[in-house]
Amino acid sequence: MLDYAKLLILGLVAVLAAIAAQYARDLPYMVHAVLVMLVAAGVFLWQLRRMGEPALPAPMDEYNDGPVRAATIATVFWGVVGFLAGTFIAFQLAFPQLNFDWAQPYGNFGRLRPLHTSAVIFAFGGNALLAASFYIVQRTTAARLWGGGLSWFVFWGYQLFIVLAATGYLLGATQSQEYAEPEWYVDLWLTVVWVAFLAVFVGTLIRRREPHIYVANWFLLSFIVTVAMLHVVNNLAIPVSVFGSRSVQVFSGVQNAMTQWWYGHNAVGFFLTAGFLGMMYYFIPKQAERPVYSYKLSIIHFWALIFLYIWAGPHHLHYTALPDWASTLGMVFSIILWMPSWGGMINGLMTLSGAWDKLRTDPVLRMMVTSVAFYGMSTFEGPMMSIRAVNSLSHYTDWTIGHVHSGALGWNGMITFGMLYYLVPKLWNRQALYSLRAVSWHYWLATIGIVLYASSMWVTGIMEGLMWREVDAQGFLVNSFADTVSAKFPMYVVRGLGGVLYLAGAIIMAYNLWMTVRKGAATRQAPAMAPAE
Amino acid sequence: MIDDSYTIMRIFAGSWGAVFLFVSFIAVVIFTFRPGSRRVHEDTANIPFRHDDKPAAPRAAMKEGRQ
Repeated sequence: MLDYAKLLILGLVAVLAAIAAQYARDLPYMVHAVLVMLVAAGVFLWQLRRMGEPALPAPMDEYNDGPVRAATIATVFWGVVGFLAGTFIAFQLAFPQLNFDWAQPYGNFGRLRPLHTSAVIFAFGGNALLAASFYIVQRTTAARLWGGGLSWFVFWGYQLFIVLAATGYLLGATQSQEYAEPEWYVDLWLTVVWVAFLAVFVGTLIRRREPHIYVANWFLLSFIVTVAMLHVVNNLAIPVSVFGSRSVQVFSGVQNAMTQWWYGHNAVGFFLTAGFLGMMYYFIPKQAERPVYSYKLSIIHFWALIFLYIWAGPHHLHYTALPDWASTLGMVFSIILWMPSWGGMINGLMTLSGAWDKLRTDPVLRMMVTSVAFYGMSTFEGPMMSIRAVNSLSHYTDWTIGHVHSGALGWNGMITFGMLYYLVPKLWNRQALYSLRAVSWHYWLATIGIVLYASSMWVTGIMEGLMWREVDAQGFLVNSFADTVSAKFPMYVVRGLGGVLYLAGAIIMAYNLWMTVRKGAATRQAPAMAPAE
Repeated sequence: MIDDSYTIMRIFAGSWGAVFLFVSFIAVVIFTFRPGSRRVHEDTANIPFRHDDKPAAPRAAMKEGRQ
């Protein structure tokens, strides 16, 4: 019965998408309608071919690792794509000739930049979080993933969201909200996928066999719930036409700016921090083979983050039309955030107490520990930059970009690499990684890449900030904007090189993981592969 | 009217709302340090080291975990 309903819905979607493509008012909308039509028709045929097949009962004594494997592969793939896009646009800033005439308007910096940010945050980071959520929640509740095929829907639905978002940017569909660029229909689709994600996660928690919910799940659940709330509120928009990609924001002026940065900063706080802390609280204890240093501290870390992070957004709007009390509030809460952030960092690092010798022999653990160190550094830098006086120098300069990347490349990137090196042998029943030397190479390439990136952006950011505010004896500005641009050139080249190193490390990782699956010796008691649901 | 509702919200959020959130947070911290929490936390902290390969059997594990 359910299969017939699926067929009906898929057929209907394909027909409606075909009609929408016919009436499309702009190019991105038409391309997306055709894409949705093809996907719906393809899934329709796939479903049709397996009609009437007897449904096998899900093996409740096995974990459902299919979606985890898929999300792991997607993480590696989108990671390399996102780093490549980032490295390319870094060189576009250094050498504007790379905005090729023949590639206009699709290949210019303005369209590739959201492609890069979304590819690394939502595609690379998002798939890493999908893999981590589905893996951790099963292992720490000792229960099979709830919802049968729903987790596959979440995985493929999320990939469709990524493709719709990315092609939209290239074709010029954007609602111009940073990190929330996708247009209204892509937002609606993500909402559907996200609700399914929440259902799978909570369903598994409810069916848990352990009486207590391990702390990593708290972080992951808060990430899923908060991102749902942020996404819905910040994307409140009214489409100009159901057959067009353009929409009008419900909020306007300073309300829109405040909502956007409430969203933007909490995307950092709950997507890139809470979610990845869930990874930290599971994979570091597993790799170090000892429980987390202080479980009490991890609980306080969690609640302090939850109570504080949500208020920090206004620090993005110092010296704007936003009332002073609001930006002061954001600044104060950002500074208080120092404490839980460093509490969490200490908790992660001290998990290794008594096992520090493992750092010498285990490059995977080294990667995880370095990521926690970067978490500490960027959560020190962030609150400092939120102080109004510091912000007057740092805002709108490359310092901000340097800060973001020390967090994203150092913390999010390194913990994800550590997770991938841990997960791939486990998921494909391999005894060990193909090459630990390659992991070391990856580690050093990535670390040196980040150092080049962050230090060049500090130098150029502070220089730029000082040049902008420099006035002569008569009170006139000394530098034109173009002066600062030409002064930044050497640092832009160094930043691009840092990106090349980071990308090279990721490619080594992709090769290493591929060879682990292809050539690695299987573990002796390979559990039977779970049938796909 | 709209101005008034903003002012009321603003004053409420800055006084009773803030106090409520602060007190809730302190309550959470105190609850974390309640007597007898150490044993529970030790058990919970070791969850990642159980059930690595396959899910627990339905009932037995629940009892075992509660001991």
